[in-house]
Amino acid sequence: MAVSGFIARFFPFLNSLFQRRTNIKLGLYGPPNAGKTTMANSICQECLGEDMGVVSNIAHETREIQVKEQITIKSGKKQLSFTLVDTPGIATKIDYEDFLKYGMNEREAKRRAKEATKGVIDSIKWLDDMDTVIVVLDSTKDPMSQVNITIIGNLAARNIPVLIVANKIDLKKADIKRVRAAFPQYEVVGISAKYGNNLTEFYDALFKIVEKRGL
Amino acid sequence: MLTLQFIPYAEIEDLTSEKRISKLLNVVKENKIVVLEGRLRKEEEADLIKQTMESIDEDFKGIELSVIFPDMRNKMALDNLRKLFINLLLGDRTGITIIGPASVVKEIKKDPNKIELLTQPLRRKKKR
Repeated sequence: MAVSGFIARFFPFLNSLFQRRTNIKLGLYGPPNAGKTTMANSICQECLGEDMGVVSNIAHETREIQVKEQITIKSGKKQLSFTLVDTPGIATKIDYEDFLKYGMNEREAKRRAKEATKGVIDSIKWLDDMDTVIVVLDSTKDPMSQVNITIIGNLAARNIPVLIVANKIDLKKADIKRVRAAFPQYEVVGISAKYGNNLTEFYDALFKIVEKRGL
Repeated sequence: MLTLQFIPYAEIEDLTSEKRISKLLNVVKENKIVVLEGRLRKEEEADLIKQTMESIDEDFKGIELSVIFPDMRNKMALDNLRKLFINLLLGDRTGITIIGPASVVKEIKKDPNKIELLTQPLRRKKKR
């Protein structure tokens, strides 16, 4: 038995402290415009010095699954490697007319709506492939929407560890307490993905959840 | 005119997940609001969203979904256990699931006075 194998078998505590973890698939899920891609960009900028995807204030900007491999975050002597999966926002309705308000022509708006519906389907299909999921919610909005409840309920049914991120805490209307009250059985971390606020707390919470599940 | 269609749990309990979802979605596509006794399974809710997305076109813009169920947090452990056991045997009949066409719900939000009730229990319809 190799030394690393011996440590892993008989001293799992030491293993978790000093060893590099195996690569896990970390998914970013949530409703449209919650800031999933902004968050993915913050993480990628810090670890790789590059963005993951394009962001805008128009819903359904991310319409395809984006994957970035070999992202490593550190906290003290611990480090965690993962594949980051940024998913299109999950919605129950998509109306091309909503995109017309942003100055798109009808053809463009219909194409965007079509791509957005495909994106939602892909996000749901990928649920089964995730090892851990970060549910990104807009902390200025009511967290008790049926989409949020369905996403979190599905993750629980699949026994996938969940960390809830209450994003946009830099805004006046942000209310983390409301998010915590809506999902009391989950750890909730408030961040501002746009300005990179509280990312360290987010990483610490992520380490905790991964260690707890022995991933 | 807006139609609410009540679907008792017994109408869907013997159907496969796929058929359950198709049945509910077909009613919604007729511009009716479904009031379903009980709840779908979590996986079925996700499949309902998936199938909805597959059905979206210029006329059908999607659904509004809401699940209303009693809060069990303050109930006695024995009550919860009994409920779990009944759900396991008979399916989840507690609560109500409301599924409506997104375009119709949007209209109601604009003008709540538009609501006109017309319930059509499927069971009674079949007997005729």
